[in-house]
Amino acid sequence: MTLPKVVRGRAWKFGANIDTDQIIPAKYAIYSLDEKELGKHAMEGVPGREGWAAQVSPGDILVAASNFGCGSSREIAPVAIRGAGISLVIADSYARIFFRNAINMGYPILQSPQGAEAIDEGDELEVDLEQGVIRNFTKGDEYRSEAFPKFMNELLHMGGLVPWVRKRLEERRVAAGR
Amino acid sequence: MGMTMTEKILARASGRDSVRPGDLILAKVDFAMGHDLTIPPAGKIMREQMGAEKIWDPDRVAVTQDHFQPAKDAASATLGRLTREFSHQMGVKWYFEVGQGGICHTVLPENGLVLPGELVVGADSHSCTYGALNNFATGIGSTDLACVMALGELWFRVPETLKFVYHNRLQEWVEAKNLILHVIGKIGVDGARSKAMEHVGEALKTIDMEARLTITNMAIEAGAKNGILEFDDVTREYLEARAKRPYTPVSSDPDAEYEKVFEFDAAAVELGVAKPMSPDNYAPLSEVVGTRLDQVFIGSCTNSRITDLRRAAAVLEGHKVAPGVRLIITPSSHQVAIQAEKEGLIGIFLAAGAAWTTATCGACLGGHMGVLGEGEVCLSTTNRNFPGRMGHPKAMVYLSNPAVAAASAVTGVITHPGEVLKKMPAGIA
Repeated sequence: MTLPKVVRGRAWKFGANIDTDQIIPAKYAIYSLDEKELGKHAMEGVPGREGWAAQVSPGDILVAASNFGCGSSREIAPVAIRGAGISLVIADSYARIFFRNAINMGYPILQSPQGAEAIDEGDELEVDLEQGVIRNFTKGDEYRSEAFPKFMNELLHMGGLVPWVRKRLEERRVAAGR
Repeated sequence: MGMTMTEKILARASGRDSVRPGDLILAKVDFAMGHDLTIPPAGKIMREQMGAEKIWDPDRVAVTQDHFQPAKDAASATLGRLTREFSHQMGVKWYFEVGQGGICHTVLPENGLVLPGELVVGADSHSCTYGALNNFATGIGSTDLACVMALGELWFRVPETLKFVYHNRLQEWVEAKNLILHVIGKIGVDGARSKAMEHVGEALKTIDMEARLTITNMAIEAGAKNGILEFDDVTREYLEARAKRPYTPVSSDPDAEYEKVFEFDAAAVELGVAKPMSPDNYAPLSEVVGTRLDQVFIGSCTNSRITDLRRAAAVLEGHKVAPGVRLIITPSSHQVAIQAEKEGLIGIFLAAGAAWTTATCGACLGGHMGVLGEGEVCLSTTNRNFPGRMGHPKAMVYLSNPAVAAASAVTGVITHPGEVLKKMPAGIA
């Protein structure tokens, strides 16, 4: 699955240091292999956001302040957000394992301090993933996002680590003459 | 230009003469770990999506049944079964069954599986713990682990290194846990985001390996990629009867470059706790003394090794848990439990009225055996107190060292251990 070129959706706004236990409380880790079920409980641990996932329309965009996804290494954090129907995450910054997991899954995330600051909940956004430009139709603004290193960008655009590993395993098989 | 310990390990593992912060590298992994929550998705991704039939080196993989095991419900039993089946089918050499292993971050060091100079990854954020043994160790996700198991290699961004120098010695009652909570309190939960934390200095020379593991364990609570310590006699002695492979220690070059150097006076670190709802909310004990508690939990990969239990037992001996409070003690490994039994610690805990459990992550992540309800207050020797970590989002968790936890269980309110025990016996402190 490769990345879409343009994503449109409504913004949901979250604060700083939202950790993985808030993104998907550990008790739901029993659904580790069920993205839909995880999606129903996404962001449930954020105080005041109980029942949030049911309000998300497919394609909506999650916007957060700094250090989004800190805490545990659970990959079910970005999986749950994707499962809830969120098409893209924009944050001021990410905790490293959440960041890695999203890139490895080929799940689009953008780092945009400017966007994270300016966007309000409910704003209508259009994001050009190739250019990394965020357009805010509600406010008539436009924000840049920070470019990722080349290798990470390649991984993201080829659909994540799975196709990359498949290719590498194939190269090894060929080299081994099988 | 010289390199830090972290840079040297990453350079060696990626087959380069040198690396610089910001470099993206493909590196060979020396050891990998997964557990009952991360092996099922990693195994599925590896076999069904990546198309790998076997793991690259079954001798270099460990799997523990620790997070929701012994199974807390039918769904966790399924995760346990998938973990067990995968490990068996792949011939994982270091598979630890329920009742024979315990929490991954205690089990791997005590079995000599993570060694100086190595590049270690674990599908659990607290995998940074192993860095106390002079290696590069970091937490990864399930797709990452699938990649490592399929290929034996993984991509990394070489981190900038932050150096933390600790002068003097910790004061009486002040433990490694307090030192690292103090540091996180100063730099914040994103103060070392994606960076390496190199810990050095006189204060570390005088503490044992278990205390050092507590320090590196919490690197992730400052957002760090890894935490790493220098190799010394304490490291050598700890590994003497344990190391399963030959190893080569690393040291930072005198002209290595650091993004920033932080100096701390260990003697000035106060005894305290991290208040709700963040590990960087460190406060001196005097600020919270008397806070009423519903539960005290001594457990986790942070503070439930044998030395932690000895300190808790020294405080609890001859005392009872206060009415209205429950004390739950969860050893971090089966070996720790065996040792606690030999030393008579379990008898002290049971006589005090504590609930003694099998080795598991348990209550730390709100899994089972001590999940908190709405509005409950808990003092815990664990590593995280973000909202909902140990159960209900409105439960309040204070992070402390084991002696403070034990003393507070006796009185039912947050208490200085000196109120219950005059002095920590020599050899335990």
